[in-house]
Amino acid sequence: MKAMKLLRYAVMLVFVLASIRVITGASDLTSTGTASAALLLSVPIVLAALGGLFSERSGVVNIGLEGMMIMGAWAGGYIGSQHGPWAGLLAAMIFGSVGALVHAIATVTFGVDHVVSGVAINIIAAGLVRYLSTLMYKSGAWPGPSQSPGIETIPVNGLPILSGGSFFGWKSPDLLGSIANLNWFFVSDLASILRGLTGDVSYVTMVAIAFVPLAYFILWRTAFGLRLRSAGEAPVAAESLGVNVYAMKYAGVLISGGLAGLGGGFLAIVAASNYQENQVAGRGYIGLAALLFGNYRPGGLLAGAGLFGFADALQLRDSAAIHALLLLIVVILAFVAFRKFKSGKQIGAVIALAAAGFTLWFYFAVDELPGQLVTMTPYIATILVMALASQRLRMPAADGIPYRRGGLR
Amino acid sequence: MKKLVLILSIFFFGFASLFGQVEVEDSKVSSIYPNVDERKIIETKWRYTYALHLESNTIFHKAEKGYEYFLYFKYNYTYDQFLNGEFDKGVWSLNGSDLFYSFKHIKNFVIAQITKNVLVLEFEQTNSKGTFQYHFVRVDTKDAPFVKPVNELPDVLVEELGVGQRQRVEILKVLFRGANILIFDEPTAVLVPQEVDDLFQALEGLRAQGMAVIFISHKLDEVLRVADEVTVVRQGSTVAEVKSKDVTARQLAELMVGSELPQPSTQGHTRRDEITLALKDVSIPTATGSRDLISNITFNLHAGEVVGIAGVEGNGQAELVEAIMGLRDYTGSIEFHGDSIDALSVADRHDLGIGLIPEDRQRQALMMTSPLWENRILGHQRSKPVMRGFVIDKKATFESTRTIMQEFDVRAPGPDTLAAALSGGNQQKFIVGREMSKAPALLVASHPTRGVDVGAQGAIWDVLRKAREKGMAIVLISADLEELIGMSDRLLVMLRGTITAELDPAKTTPEQLGSAMTGAA
Amino acid sequence: MSNALTRKLSPSKIGLAVAAPLAAAVFSILISSLAVIASKKSPIEAFKTMWDYGTESGSLMEIVNTATPYYIAAIAIAVTFRAGLFNIGVEGQLRLGALFSCYIGAMFVLPPVLHVAAVFIVAMTFGGLWAAIAAYLKVKRGVNEVISTIMLNALAGGLSAYLLSKHFAVIEEGSNNLATKELPASAQVPDLMPLLRKVGIEDQPGGGVYGMFFVAVALGLIFWFVVNRTRFGFELRASGLNPIAARVSGVNSKKMTFLALVISGAIAGLAGLPEVLGQTYSYNLGFRAGIGFSAIAVALLGRNSAGGMAVSALLFGFLEVSSRSLELIDIAPETYVIMQGSILLSAVIAYEVVRRFKLTLQSKELAKVVAA
Repeated sequence: MKAMKLLRYAVMLVFVLASIRVITGASDLTSTGTASAALLLSVPIVLAALGGLFSERSGVVNIGLEGMMIMGAWAGGYIGSQHGPWAGLLAAMIFGSVGALVHAIATVTFGVDHVVSGVAINIIAAGLVRYLSTLMYKSGAWPGPSQSPGIETIPVNGLPILSGGSFFGWKSPDLLGSIANLNWFFVSDLASILRGLTGDVSYVTMVAIAFVPLAYFILWRTAFGLRLRSAGEAPVAAESLGVNVYAMKYAGVLISGGLAGLGGGFLAIVAASNYQENQVAGRGYIGLAALLFGNYRPGGLLAGAGLFGFADALQLRDSAAIHALLLLIVVILAFVAFRKFKSGKQIGAVIALAAAGFTLWFYFAVDELPGQLVTMTPYIATILVMALASQRLRMPAADGIPYRRGGLR
Repeated sequence: MKKLVLILSIFFFGFASLFGQVEVEDSKVSSIYPNVDERKIIETKWRYTYALHLESNTIFHKAEKGYEYFLYFKYNYTYDQFLNGEFDKGVWSLNGSDLFYSFKHIKNFVIAQITKNVLVLEFEQTNSKGTFQYHFVRVDTKDAPFVKPVNELPDVLVEELGVGQRQRVEILKVLFRGANILIFDEPTAVLVPQEVDDLFQALEGLRAQGMAVIFISHKLDEVLRVADEVTVVRQGSTVAEVKSKDVTARQLAELMVGSELPQPSTQGHTRRDEITLALKDVSIPTATGSRDLISNITFNLHAGEVVGIAGVEGNGQAELVEAIMGLRDYTGSIEFHGDSIDALSVADRHDLGIGLIPEDRQRQALMMTSPLWENRILGHQRSKPVMRGFVIDKKATFESTRTIMQEFDVRAPGPDTLAAALSGGNQQKFIVGREMSKAPALLVASHPTRGVDVGAQGAIWDVLRKAREKGMAIVLISADLEELIGMSDRLLVMLRGTITAELDPAKTTPEQLGSAMTGAA
Repeated sequence: MSNALTRKLSPSKIGLAVAAPLAAAVFSILISSLAVIASKKSPIEAFKTMWDYGTESGSLMEIVNTATPYYIAAIAIAVTFRAGLFNIGVEGQLRLGALFSCYIGAMFVLPPVLHVAAVFIVAMTFGGLWAAIAAYLKVKRGVNEVISTIMLNALAGGLSAYLLSKHFAVIEEGSNNLATKELPASAQVPDLMPLLRKVGIEDQPGGGVYGMFFVAVALGLIFWFVVNRTRFGFELRASGLNPIAARVSGVNSKKMTFLALVISGAIAGLAGLPEVLGQTYSYNLGFRAGIGFSAIAVALLGRNSAGGMAVSALLFGFLEVSSRSLELIDIAPETYVIMQGSILLSAVIAYEVVRRFKLTLQSKELAKVVAA
């Protein structure tokens, strides 16, 4: 089963990371803090990717996720600083949906090219948000022209017994944390990663991750989901059977806006504690990349988002860890070379091996990676992943094609 | 529940899934059929894989007291008459297409296969008059097997089914939703004659069940066969409403066009000695390692000759076209006028003198949002007259476009009309004219008259005829059997990627061709 | 031919050509007015102030200067848009082009025109190389160029910051600014004041019109000619209008994709130069950001045509420059962002509506002709 294969790879990865940690002493690679941050930072990417999923499955390409996230982040800052974090998150969803509404009207009703509309929405959203922030600053409500006042945090919790969760005032033991502190090779690494993923987790994070199986259920197990997907695969056939394709596309796009907006709000409220300009920093696009990586399915995009979240987390924590990550790349490249060699692709194997060698030399040659390049890690990761994971993407058959009712011929 | 019965009731559209087999002692069954030695009772779930092919030669018995029948009865009995026993008693055999009456409130539905060739269907129905049990017995004969596997893999994607099967899925879908009116739009365009017969039997059945069927087609003999009343539509308005038994096909044709329908036919032998196109062992493997898309295609085409490629859609014809034009990589060799063109790009092959009328004009041959003069350049952007060096010669292009429009009767205001504004027939005429304008030595015509009105169809046939006389070699791919037989000098049948037969069109009927195409012959 | 001519200039045709921009303008004036009202000021006063300020000579020159990089970058984007591709990475390409051309250009001295030409070549090379990464990924691995170019944008930002601070900058005394070595005079492009003085336009305190204005105009003409009148341009457009039909007609789609993206990157490399060669004479931390994104809007608004983009570039420049005056009447100057945004959105929608209307109109005309 695919899940077993995935599990095997995950365990192998932890083993490799643990080894690298021991070799390089970059304890942040497998620390609880990093795993926690990885989870935290993968949430906005997951939400953006889920947004992309609903939209693309209904046949509308949504490049404007970035813009909707920006609007959500701003709304989170604006409402969240005045009415509390939960209200802020709700406002974020609504603002994101408003942005999506514009996209939907442009693409579904007026038939504008989807990518053009998405890019336009991104430009407009960035500008709109800047304008509104200036207004807020001028009116004295905000401390600066590009950041909102602080927002209170949402409480966190963890798994009982394993991760020190507290329920109704009782703080449970923290088994995983204890094991992590023992510093045993591999076992502690595994424990600390799991502790990071399951302990001190914000309630919003739990809800957001729960959206993934929920999205699967909605899209593949309900009539609504079937109709939505049919609008993206064969809108003409669906229309001839009574599905209101326009309505399904609107639904897909609006849901995607709400999810993206929620992702933006999450960035402002949970990942940070206020809204800052340029907070979103391309995560909408990374979310799209995660969606493509996951081949338009919820399970896959979760894996992709986790990957990108990990890259994001590392660069925030410790540049030594990024440096150590180079060793991981060496191992992966060596593995790829081995696989290619086995399947007879000699040239590819040699290239991979050469790249591994270069990376190894680079690791030794450079002591510390410069700060500006470290912040680029998630973007480099995105490009690398997209370049290497060239599977047969099966996108919905009518994705990106403007639909007009009455097109039987 | 109504849906369950409806499914069953569509004879070759039901899918029955054999979902585990349980040996059960069923006293009801054994009391009726005590002489039976094997019994298997197969429970049904609502997903099915076997089609119940319930046709003629069906026998059923009158039930004993406490049991009624049945499921199967001629449509001119009413349900009440049936209940009251007002029908012929004894063993019936019913011919032709029989239908089910739609029942409501059915439950506990069981298919019991008593022996290999006796099938019993049982279910109960409750209505105001009480609860009744129904049996349906079907005896399988050599000529009319009742179980025909329609689809071996219930999870196969629809995109992997053949067209005839897809059509059945479509009909099933519509009936499942309880439709009372069914509209069929050119349903036989992609079917071979045997499948057409099956479809028409189904239509008979649907009609007998009380559904209304609207059958849209330009194949007049089929229309007359299947319809009670015929409405003739021309240019968006109704021109005539007649009863099918009152008109002949010829009269219908005249009503449609105002004149006689064109016939595809070629006269005489215009084949020359020179070999224009030679294919040897051309194959295109699939990436996944299963059957090749096309394998070992070998044939020679002479100047002045039309070779027709017949085959059910999806058997490699499109891939053959792509190989000849260079749009796909292939193994084997293709020679044009004696020289190998395997290493040449698509553009080079065009420039050498190979013209293409693609199968889907809107997707493959036109830029719909551009004017005709820009479309004139498409495919010819490397040579005169549209080009002067690497610059577009707009004046010459306009002139050339106007010439094409005149010669090929393309009805549009002018060369700057957008391609999307033209009708399908005019678009196709334009494309034909464009390809002819550089007088190619070889023309690959893929479904050249598909979706084209009758007048344009005749015009295109004329063009092809004249070109053939002048020495053009033509590869003709079509699903229109009459077109193939009428226009070709030779017929090659493609099935599953290989050439399985070579036929002489003068001696082949559409039925024979259809059998060859499905591999039945 | 009078028939064709009258058909071309018929009232309905002119009406349609103007309808979309007009509708867009009206809509955006509406939205911007709402925005101004929201900050409790009078829209009429706002527009009047902007107009007065914007039409002063000094402002006009500044508008042209602002528009020039937008125009060049928009041409770069339009090359890909026409081919059905989306090069969103113009921002990164122009940044790297400017950075490397300043750094390398300051290393040597050549006679003036040659030196400028050399700088151009360096800028185009690096812009093109950066775009070639995305082009390679698209052609070889099928990576969506929207995402890859955006990622490359971010990478270019980080890379240029790193290179500037660690390798390329010369430290100035008493200044926080990091800048590359100043370009020698032979590389500096003079402004057009000598020419303008002859026409009677006076010098302005803000400086003159960048010399690269001519380069921009030349680029526009070349763009128009190549795209509309050459075989390459035809194949480019065909790839955008119907990639399948283009392939069938003999266009090598992979080659076309690669070329379109690389050429686009090369042109984009030039877009950072007007300011650098005409004013600051070096690349520094204050390098103007966001040209690439505004240029996308300019290209969309100008419908990827040379003339349309020129008008849009000037329009955007006008809005940007004239809105500075809004501060005088206590309105946030960022209002111009709202104006730009609403014009973009409404224009994009209006174009589509008008296009469909035109098609319906043509079909009706056609029906009349055929029935006759």
